[in-house]
Amino acid sequence: MQIFTCPFCGPRDEREFHFAVEAGKRRPEPAAGVSDAAWADYLYAVEAPKGAAREVWLHLTCGEYFLMTRNTVTRDVVGVEALPGRQT
Amino acid sequence: MKRYSALTLGIEGLRRHRGWRPAWRKATPQHEYDAIVVGGGGHGLATAYYLAKNHGMKRVAVLEKGWIGGGNTGRNTTVIRSNYFHPESVALYDLALRLYEGLSKALNYNVMLSQRGMLIAAHTPMQMEICTRIANAMQLNGVDGALMGRDEALARVPLVNQSDTARYRCQGGIWQGRAGVARHDAVAWGYARAASDMGVDIVENCSVRALLIENGACVGVETDQGTIRAGCVGLAAAGATPGLAAQTGAVLPIHTYALQAFVSEPVKPCLDTVLLYLGTGTYVSQSDKGELVFGGALDRVPTHGQRGNLPTQEVVTSGLLEMFPAFAQLRLLRQWAGVVDVVPDSSPVIGPVGVPGLFVNCGWGTGGFKAIPAGGWLLAHLLATGGHHEISAPFDLSRFAAGRLIDEAAGSGIAH
Repeated sequence: MQIFTCPFCGPRDEREFHFAVEAGKRRPEPAAGVSDAAWADYLYAVEAPKGAAREVWLHLTCGEYFLMTRNTVTRDVVGVEALPGRQT
Repeated sequence: MKRYSALTLGIEGLRRHRGWRPAWRKATPQHEYDAIVVGGGGHGLATAYYLAKNHGMKRVAVLEKGWIGGGNTGRNTTVIRSNYFHPESVALYDLALRLYEGLSKALNYNVMLSQRGMLIAAHTPMQMEICTRIANAMQLNGVDGALMGRDEALARVPLVNQSDTARYRCQGGIWQGRAGVARHDAVAWGYARAASDMGVDIVENCSVRALLIENGACVGVETDQGTIRAGCVGLAAAGATPGLAAQTGAVLPIHTYALQAFVSEPVKPCLDTVLLYLGTGTYVSQSDKGELVFGGALDRVPTHGQRGNLPTQEVVTSGLLEMFPAFAQLRLLRQWAGVVDVVPDSSPVIGPVGVPGLFVNCGWGTGGFKAIPAGGWLLAHLLATGGHHEISAPFDLSRFAAGRLIDEAAGSGIAH
């Protein structure tokens, strides 16, 4: 059992958390000017890095999204923080 | 190559088995090949075999960073089936199943294919409707699949929980009689032996560090044993494929997760089919040694580490015990995990990627073992001809930009 730390609630059981998306994705705008390739890239492309990763996670029980920096091989969590502009 | 037969076994028995030779050559890499296959699992070895067998290419190398079949080929639960929904998927997986049916003879290597049939069991009227839909689709797509009623299903798996207090009372399900299991190691070893016999170099402990790109085309690989040039390169390295392809600027739609498998202590024969229970998501079969081999859903934390975690173990094991309360007496013998490459539509990615001369066969997710002969057949076709086989064409990477997904998670609604 792994313990993840929600920036809002503190350390909790991993079953309370859900991986959302890799950090840094930005929805291409405006929609009318977005090519099929750019849209597919936004929807589907994944880096899936081996090692250091920065991801957006959801704490299911409080409903807050937050950033987690962790290692995808060792599963060590380096740090968690609220999304930019969000107060804990 | 010394042919394996009852006669050679008998002769060797009289000679105290001193005449056996290694099944494949330990090759050291040459400087140049016509084709290089990265990844010495089932898919990579099958690719090399069909390059030599179907297309007459002899200067072929398989580069494996560890040992042959030590990745997901040696970590899966050996189930083979083609009970899918979409025509493209059925064409793909049934090609694999048909090749599996003749594989022991083709390779002169017993892959221990046991077509004991597979039941996908349902426990609600709604699930039975979905099963009806899939069974109808299978029949329309020309493969054996049939809806099975409650009595017949329970006769197939008599130990399943039928009590009044059972949480998931079996209502029936889908039956595919040609589905079954095979010996996973034997599939890798058989392809390796047959490919090596036709001149393919199988290089173990050879890690590919980067692709060799010249004038915008892939012309080989950089390895820890030096640079190896090639006319074309095929990647069949499961979860490691996106990292290698990324050098060309290609970003693949692949998430990596750990998928666990479990083996109980061996018991006498008690389950002679493969069972997947929709209610629990747990599937199980019994090995020839008597162990119960079972598994279930992915671990939910994306990872490249080949080990599982406890919450999923608890869900999968409790699913097994819900189906078979009697199995609570058994002890768990082994548990392990492999890193699987999961695509949003639960279908593989087969085709050219990034630059000319580079092809991939990846994204099989949790269902790669059953597809080994087809994956090899189709990647070999791509490498030898430069273009798609009609069966692999729908699985090209371009389907994501085109919006032509082959969504089997939605289509067949079954674990991958």
